[in-house]
Amino acid sequence: MGDVARTLLDRIWYAHLVAAETQDTPAVLYVDLHLVHEVTSPQAFAELRRRGLPVRRPERTVATMDHAIPTRVGPDGRRAPAEGAAAEQVSALERNCREFGVALYGVGHERQGIVHVIGPELGLTHPGSTIVCGDSHTSTHGAFGALAFGIGTSEVGHVLATQCLLQRKPKAFAVELDGVLADGVTAKDLILALIARIGTGGATGHALEYRGSAIRALSMEERMTVCNMSIEAGARAGLVAPDETTYAYLAGRPGAPVGAAWDAAVACWVTLPSDEGAAFDRVERMDGSAIEPMITWGTSPGMGIPVRGVVPGPNGDTGLEKALRYMGLEPGTPLLGRKIDVVFIGSCTNSRLSDLREAARVFRGRKVASGVRALVVPGSQAIKKQAEAEGLDRVFRDAGAEWRESGCSMCLAMNDDRLLPGQYAVSTSNRNFEGRQGPGGRTFLASPLTAAASAVTGAVADARELLSSRGAAVASGAEGSAVSAPADSSGPGTPESPGMTGRPR
Amino acid sequence: MKAVHEIRSRTVVLPVENVDTDQIIPARFLVTTSREGLEKALFADWRWEKDGRPKAGFALNRPEVEGASILVTGRNFGCGSSREHAVWALQAGGFEAVVSTAFADIFRGNALKNGLVPVQVDEATHARLVEAPGVEVSIDVDAGVLSFGTRRAAFPLEPFARYCLRSGLDELAFLLSREREIAAYEAQAGPASWRSS
Repeated sequence: MGDVARTLLDRIWYAHLVAAETQDTPAVLYVDLHLVHEVTSPQAFAELRRRGLPVRRPERTVATMDHAIPTRVGPDGRRAPAEGAAAEQVSALERNCREFGVALYGVGHERQGIVHVIGPELGLTHPGSTIVCGDSHTSTHGAFGALAFGIGTSEVGHVLATQCLLQRKPKAFAVELDGVLADGVTAKDLILALIARIGTGGATGHALEYRGSAIRALSMEERMTVCNMSIEAGARAGLVAPDETTYAYLAGRPGAPVGAAWDAAVACWVTLPSDEGAAFDRVERMDGSAIEPMITWGTSPGMGIPVRGVVPGPNGDTGLEKALRYMGLEPGTPLLGRKIDVVFIGSCTNSRLSDLREAARVFRGRKVASGVRALVVPGSQAIKKQAEAEGLDRVFRDAGAEWRESGCSMCLAMNDDRLLPGQYAVSTSNRNFEGRQGPGGRTFLASPLTAAASAVTGAVADARELLSSRGAAVASGAEGSAVSAPADSSGPGTPESPGMTGRPR
Repeated sequence: MKAVHEIRSRTVVLPVENVDTDQIIPARFLVTTSREGLEKALFADWRWEKDGRPKAGFALNRPEVEGASILVTGRNFGCGSSREHAVWALQAGGFEAVVSTAFADIFRGNALKNGLVPVQVDEATHARLVEAPGVEVSIDVDAGVLSFGTRRAAFPLEPFARYCLRSGLDELAFLLSREREIAAYEAQAGPASWRSS
């Protein structure tokens, strides 16, 4: 609108201003959707109670449980109950949602799941909207062309009470990704490569906009993986302009508009993409075709190398020295072939149906190596149900992997899934910080393909080798239809749609 | 929130870059419904042996830092998770200010909302502070100046953040005072969540 070329960020930002920022005061920014979970909300609800305030817009507030709950199945075949302080958090969220009239997809609900998985799945994540949650991986929702970012608990209270936040407009950072990703190279590799390049503080103060042909070619689930880890580059938000892929994903989901409202929504959404010639404060260009499968070796997500690369030397950098020491690694040595103890496939980064299908491509007809523990944790109960309908759970179980209920699980060591001190894990999650997956645990971050290949090899592995040897086997008729094309589960015909119901209560 | 004007203290120096919030407070301590009682959780895995004894050599365990309320630390402090518990734990540990060359965005916001002052200084000032652990430092929030010995360094503080720190005003009270504008926005915007300008 108007003569000035605008970015996607500009368009969403200016449309949500209750009050513009001045030199003295930040903007008052309206929040369309507030996602809530059990860990960062209890103190915020307590603050509302202390001040005698209601939740201003319960219909714009949606809660789930994901971080602290067990994903383990008990002897009765059901999810093991939370215990101790975690049980208290769970019951506090139930009480808070009941008292303040907030919809809750809690344990036992068929749509329970990781907060950043169920928002899109329910069709609640809309292009052109503002979305916040007391969780830094809220950036995930930016895949739909929403301005979505993580907030602290004080801000959770602000949004509950006023539906608004005080914010300064972030700077705009364009990441131009062209070229075609090679076979065996995934969205996870793409984002790990970007973070390795710009560093974990590289986008501080900025909102990233991922652009270019390599991004346009990604499915919605892949775009979510990319946007999810924007925070690992220091950006609070990451965005992808909406397009036909976005609309096809959203159509028919319970939270998506229907009929004339759908047409009106799409008419708005198509106006969102950044104008030709819109100014960005910073631009970074990458050639997608040059990206290789990536893995992190150290204790920061920026410490990534190609899976066939070698661990770098510290060159006097005390941070790298500290990371090498913690990880027990020698400079100049490869990670490929290094023995591992645990494989974790899950988290808000890589627990969606397409991730599970990718992992199953590798697991099918193979066994988890002896001495290795492999966990496959779906991001939501809907994904779990769909994966089971496709027989993926059998593939994982037959291989010897654990198949779990949905939740954050081993991403962050605050439930009962943890690494033991000294253990090495290949994990599809988003953080490899010291102790992130358990005190003393050591994390290599990678894609579901790399994680699954490492599980069956018992060591860090390059999935391309396994898949190409399988391809050869198939060609000679040895394994029949073992290799299936990586289907995109994010299309409109996704069979999870029938199971979707409206919002509870 | 308590008003903050000036902080005077010796420093604790933790010369590590990219200190993430999982180090400041590991996730297992987030299983709480309170903001209180997080003192022992602060830097737990760096600070305590498994049996609970203090780890020798860790900056916060040195006897001479007892009572110090200014933490000097490396670039990109507070990166990672949005957990405000990181700020609460630092405050429970007696800290009133953190000095670094750069802060992660969410941490900085969380700190300011609780009256923990994020002090961003230039590289040269930072290097001097790192070389002199335990030095007596004064942080003047009103003026936006950090000083020690003969050195004075200005540090940036957003006008609104400074106003909130100095007056003890919390942002929620400020937002609640904007009720009329919020209601007007809602009336004009309607129920849809998607908007473009």
